Amino acid sequence: MEIEETTRGATTPALVRAVGLSKSYVQRAPFSQKRFVIDALVDAELEVAPASLTALVGESGSGKSTLARCLAMLEKPDGGETWFEGAEISRATDRDLVLLRPKIQMVHQDSAGALNPWFTAAQIIAEPLDIQRRESGPMLRSRACELMEEVGLSANWAGRRPLEFSGGQRQRLAIARAIALKPVFLILDESLSGLDLSTQAQVLNLLLDLQKAHSLTYLLISHDLSLIGQVADSVAVMHRGRIVEHGTRQDIFTNPRHAHTRELLNSVRLVESSFRTAQAGGQQ
Amino acid sequence: MTHAQSAPASAMLSVHALTVQYSGAGETSHPALLKVDFEVNRGEIVGILGESGSGKSTLALSILGLLPKSTSIAGTIRFKDKDLLLLNESGWRGIRGARIAMVFQDPGLALSPVMRVGDQIAEVLRAHRPGEGKQRRQQVVESLEDVGLVQVERIYKAYPHQLSGGELHRVAIAQALACRPDIVIADEPTRSVDGTRQAEILDLLRETNRKFGCALIFVTHDPALLAGFADRVILMYAGRIVEEGPVSQVFRRPLHPYTKGLLQLVPTALQSPGRPRGQRLPALPGSLSDSDHLSPGCIFASRCFARTNVCQSEPPGEVVPEQGRRVSCFNYGN
Amino acid sequence: MNYLERRVIHGMLLLVGVSVLCFAFAALAPGNFFDEMKLNPQISPATVAALRSQYGIDQPLPLRYGRWVRSVIRGEWGYSFAYNCPVRSLLMVRARNTLLLTTLATLLTWLIAIPLGVWTANRRGRWDDRMGMAGSALLLAVPELVVAMLLLYWVVRTHGLPVGGMVSVDFDVLGKQAKLIDLALHLVIPTTTLVLASLPLLVRHIRASVVEVLQAPFVQAARAHGIGGARLLFRYALPAAANPLSSLFGLSVGALLSSSLLVEVITAWPGLGPLLLEAAMARDIYVVVGAVMASAFFMIAGSILADILLVVADPRIRLGSL
Repeated sequence: MEIEETTRGATTPALVRAVGLSKSYVQRAPFSQKRFVIDALVDAELEVAPASLTALVGESGSGKSTLARCLAMLEKPDGGETWFEGAEISRATDRDLVLLRPKIQMVHQDSAGALNPWFTAAQIIAEPLDIQRRESGPMLRSRACELMEEVGLSANWAGRRPLEFSGGQRQRLAIARAIALKPVFLILDESLSGLDLSTQAQVLNLLLDLQKAHSLTYLLISHDLSLIGQVADSVAVMHRGRIVEHGTRQDIFTNPRHAHTRELLNSVRLVESSFRTAQAGGQQ
Repeated sequence: MTHAQSAPASAMLSVHALTVQYSGAGETSHPALLKVDFEVNRGEIVGILGESGSGKSTLALSILGLLPKSTSIAGTIRFKDKDLLLLNESGWRGIRGARIAMVFQDPGLALSPVMRVGDQIAEVLRAHRPGEGKQRRQQVVESLEDVGLVQVERIYKAYPHQLSGGELHRVAIAQALACRPDIVIADEPTRSVDGTRQAEILDLLRETNRKFGCALIFVTHDPALLAGFADRVILMYAGRIVEEGPVSQVFRRPLHPYTKGLLQLVPTALQSPGRPRGQRLPALPGSLSDSDHLSPGCIFASRCFARTNVCQSEPPGEVVPEQGRRVSCFNYGN
Repeated sequence: MNYLERRVIHGMLLLVGVSVLCFAFAALAPGNFFDEMKLNPQISPATVAALRSQYGIDQPLPLRYGRWVRSVIRGEWGYSFAYNCPVRSLLMVRARNTLLLTTLATLLTWLIAIPLGVWTANRRGRWDDRMGMAGSALLLAVPELVVAMLLLYWVVRTHGLPVGGMVSVDFDVLGKQAKLIDLALHLVIPTTTLVLASLPLLVRHIRASVVEVLQAPFVQAARAHGIGGARLLFRYALPAAANPLSSLFGLSVGALLSSSLLVEVITAWPGLGPLLLEAAMARDIYVVVGAVMASAFFMIAGSILADILLVVADPRIRLGSL
């Protein structure tokens, strides 16, 4: 069995670094002066090593998606810095963004919502290529079909619309769209939630294959610790907008330090141990 | 807590030869359910395990008569000596929510966004106990307390968007239990829910089963949830039941190749965190396709590691290899 | 400053803007009230000139606007050349008549449209729904003008109802109850025309909104709890479908003064419509400006009402999220 690479982050420079990121949302009811302030991110710090699979776990509402959106430059944080490939990007100008965006892509949870239902599969995948002018004309479609095959979808389905695909197939489509621009960093925001176990395994395997083939770096966001435990290299735990613990998978799972991490692990532990007990033939 | 299989006459819910075929534009030509037989006894927790396309949601909806009017349904669903499929709409209304109730997957979507949560529970009571207007509020408060909610006053008056996810789940369960039904059907109540809340929901359901004695039909795709929770498990694949038995026995010694494959998929990261980096996960090969439905043999044959010649020419019948278990596979006789 | 205050101030500014534009267009249109008089050989040009200067028609536009604004503040709202009285007294009477008609018509339209819309949404695709949709399409296609004239024609043929006007000639000598009956009889034709003209669109809006809500998971969940029939439709589906409808209602209120012009003219209902038409043709410009401002006021108030209703009716907007 291979030895876990525990000190990877310390030797090679991180691909992505979030330093002290903060973001708050303010809401106001229409006819009153009352304001609700939601602190989505509070001084969040995160490092993602190149060619690794870093997992970001936490309960719903812990700020995982907000952090993802800030890293993907879909939102501007109120404070803090985001470093990508050694450059600070949180205050990038629109011109810089045109060059940066292809490198950081995101795959969302709700594939039915993230894909335009009026477009065909080929159109969905070809769109980023078209916008960035990587290809044009008939080359667009053939490249789109290539990408479909690469993610395990038959090119015959290029003319189908997203809702004609199953959930797992839609995620593959979203992944094909995300890798179209040959990104370096891929953020998977709960992309595997809500999928069946076998579909989840198939999509994960696809992601692992793509990672090897294209030297991708992944940030996998999920609330499912069991899933994370199967594939992550390092794990960051989020709680109420803060990163409360960060370490290798081995460290986090065998030696959790923060109370919240322990809490999260406990519920997973219970379910897994019941299952193992049942498999061993004992009674609960 | 394993109940021995009772004779059919004493089972509370008895589904026999249920076949459901959706019709209309855009629907597939193969049946969503094919000759499904199973029973639920009083107070039991039965798990229906299957993936997308297995027909488990169709089964749940058919027990409540919620399939679209154009669907063709054959077979019988006996509930306490009444064949539910013979009921008309007003007959069904007497059953739904009162004797058989459902907890939906996403409570935020299953509640009206413009009605107070307490009023929505009161509506269910009103639909089934029209005379008890005065005590209704008290009954709603009690049902909220029964599911472990503490700030009952606030929650009664709240709209769904003002409640947290955990509170919404409890409210949905309270609504289902309001009329003390005999059977509660939970359709993937913990899908996309994080670990701590998942455990809370399972605990709550187990509690209510113990406290009120209502039978629970728990529909899920995750075998791990049924361990230590359900009494019996029914495996479904492509609209058919492929295996059934007590949970511990089925998990310890799965018979059907699909069951074996499915159980291998359950992640056990905490047990073995030293997985080699980048190694692929075990997965069932291929997926259910149209050609499977058209083949004359076993519908799982194309993905089965244990298939034989006969598997591709005839559909397997049901075999009872030991008491309390059954399986549809040629590997166990036929 | 909260949302409501901002909207009101915005509305007031809008009214000012409307007044400027309206005044400018009316004054800049060729001709004026006294041109008719010039054609009359019996009135000397000197009289005409004197009248013109008395009413200040020759003065520069901004000055006239200023005078008009002062008149508004004084409560006269300008002066009508044709009727020789302040615009306000004219407007009040005519506006009251119009409001009587349109309020009744609007109320009736909504009262009929809601159950009809909900019912057809529930029966979607079935024969009675198809018939209803065909009927409403037909009504929608027929212009208001034609509906009014058909009704008038039928009334003339059958002598059942009065043909136009608001009250009979002998109104003043009738007893109280007879007055009410007379008024009601006169209301039938114009109200029916207005209702028939606006019903189809409203029913379709309500139907579309309710159909969408009926697909929502919470309606399915309510059915699963044994709730059905009318209760499901009116207690679950309709309130959730209310958002677009409450905005529509606000706009209905906004159109109270302006929607009945054509009908009033055809059925000789003494409302704002005929007044406006008459004044426009005679270049009685302060009446025109006054009537347009009144309509604009209602429109703006109606749209603010629509926004308020949206907040009041939808708890998600009213109370905000967690």
